[in-house]
Amino acid sequence: MSLLNWIDDRFPLTKVWQEHMAQYYAPKNFNFWYYFGSLSLLMLVLQIVTGIVLTMHYKPDADLAFASVEYIMRDVPGGWFVRYLHGVGASMFFLTVYLHMFRAMLYGSHRHPRELIWLLGMVIYVALMAEAFFGYLLPWGNMSYWGAQVIISLFGAIPGIGEPLAEWIRGDFVISDATLNRFFAFHVILLPLLLALLVYLHIVALHKVGSNNPDGIEIKKNKDKDGIPVDGIPFHPYYTVKDTFGVAVFMAVFLAIVFFVPELGGWFLEKDNFAPADILQTPPDIVPLWYLTPYYSILRAVTFEWLPGGAKLWGVIAMGAAIVMFFFLPWLDRAKVRSIRYRGWLYKTFLMLFVATFLMLGYLGTKNPGHVDIFWFKNLIWAQIGLVMYFAFFLLMPIYTRLDRTKPEPDRVR
Amino acid sequence: MADNINNDRRRVLTTVTTGVGLAGAVALAVPLVASMKPSARARAAGAPVEVDITDLALGQMKVVEWRGKPVWILRRDEAMLLELASIVDDLSDPDSAVVEQQPNYARNAHRSIRPDVLVVLGVCTHLGCAPSKNFDKGAGSGLGDDWVGGFFCPCHGSKFDLSGRVYKNVPAPTNLEVPPHTYVSENLIVIGIDEKETAA
Repeated sequence: MSLLNWIDDRFPLTKVWQEHMAQYYAPKNFNFWYYFGSLSLLMLVLQIVTGIVLTMHYKPDADLAFASVEYIMRDVPGGWFVRYLHGVGASMFFLTVYLHMFRAMLYGSHRHPRELIWLLGMVIYVALMAEAFFGYLLPWGNMSYWGAQVIISLFGAIPGIGEPLAEWIRGDFVISDATLNRFFAFHVILLPLLLALLVYLHIVALHKVGSNNPDGIEIKKNKDKDGIPVDGIPFHPYYTVKDTFGVAVFMAVFLAIVFFVPELGGWFLEKDNFAPADILQTPPDIVPLWYLTPYYSILRAVTFEWLPGGAKLWGVIAMGAAIVMFFFLPWLDRAKVRSIRYRGWLYKTFLMLFVATFLMLGYLGTKNPGHVDIFWFKNLIWAQIGLVMYFAFFLLMPIYTRLDRTKPEPDRVR
Repeated sequence: MADNINNDRRRVLTTVTTGVGLAGAVALAVPLVASMKPSARARAAGAPVEVDITDLALGQMKVVEWRGKPVWILRRDEAMLLELASIVDDLSDPDSAVVEQQPNYARNAHRSIRPDVLVVLGVCTHLGCAPSKNFDKGAGSGLGDDWVGGFFCPCHGSKFDLSGRVYKNVPAPTNLEVPPHTYVSENLIVIGIDEKETAA
């Protein structure tokens, strides 16, 4: 006890523990969807830990990188396990983040006064996409190489500064050893530091305003005589225990994939990446991994040559805008209630259509745009329909959320 | 004490200190940002490349690497050159109107200095894939009965003719790029150096 006192006189250990764990009152009605915040945090930690081990054996050199990954897979004790944890982990991280974002859209967790939590979360999401993109080049497989080639050449579409900018990013006139080396630096230093900082800020902002809940009402409106929300329970031990249960179930699924289907039929690891980078040989289809394909689909869906500046430039703009749309969500949503439980059929319909659109674009992004017929249309036509639906969800939101016939919110959580 | 405080002086000093601090931060950022540009080694590797085409037979193609990109050198025979005019209606930029895609000296019907020898970057102008050559004519090419030979990009289906000119209604927006190149002798090409423009 005296040691704790000694520390508390010099560092607010007990105070921090109580404010953020033992006396942080979270709504008592958290459901299934509330697992994915803590699971995302778990994935961040797991990626950092497995990443440190991989860094001990990996060589960021265009001549050695591919072989060093194979060395990890074959010769490093347990190397295959660590690498599959990291590779599958990237996909699982995005899965938990997407479900975490969907939770916010279900229960209005992005709405006033939690806009900043949402914005910080969106910056985390973008940083995570960058982290995944940089990491994907490191194995120096053929898909790594050509994927980076395609994405960096997108910057070349920016008028005026495009080509010099792309050269500055690559550090060369093509994707080369210089590019690999700097992507390694970004992947293992810059973005992990940034992600750790952003996650810290995300949680600080959350603990300032308090958690939302499936009813979308403020539990701070009903406090007992000690100032404790009557519908709140301490995060520790109630939610630490609940989240631990979630971790156990999640890890069972995660490890089942790692052990039995680490490539998940090409969805988590693409077969073209098992061949080394070849500057003269493009893979038959260049596609990013599933978590980026909705945006890739939007990029490719813009084929309208009559646009000023050309289709390629507008494709890049549409792709960027698709991500930026999410940032505006707290202000686009004008409904009187937060939670889907008390919203009308309009928002429910639009949200379900949006989820379907996002999944459809994601699927189309993994397929060649010209050649595949799906039901009546070619991939490209479906992607163009998806593009319209995607933006309609956001741009029409101020209208349909206002028109929507909402139900009255309860005073207390159910 | 409070009477002795010169608030104006404090404000000036605060502004100046902030300004110098910001200037210092920017000055520090410049070399850090500049360090990410292509290094001397990368630029040296981007030096011009000499190619001897003495042994390049009619109808043959040779691939060399310049700045890490594949450069195609194709020696076209008479029949191939004649076909160039026949497909003009199917091309989106038959007259090489997009100026960035070739130096002025390659802005002609055959998009080259020597009519028979085409020098282009084998990099698709859509998203940078490597198109493959397909010189077979007609149905045997797998690209339709009216295919007269050219290049096909497997990524997104862009098609180019034997002058690197892009077909209509494909994702690639422009013709393949002709790199700067010049002939130091009849059969020796230097890629990466511009042809001296003669007064036209």
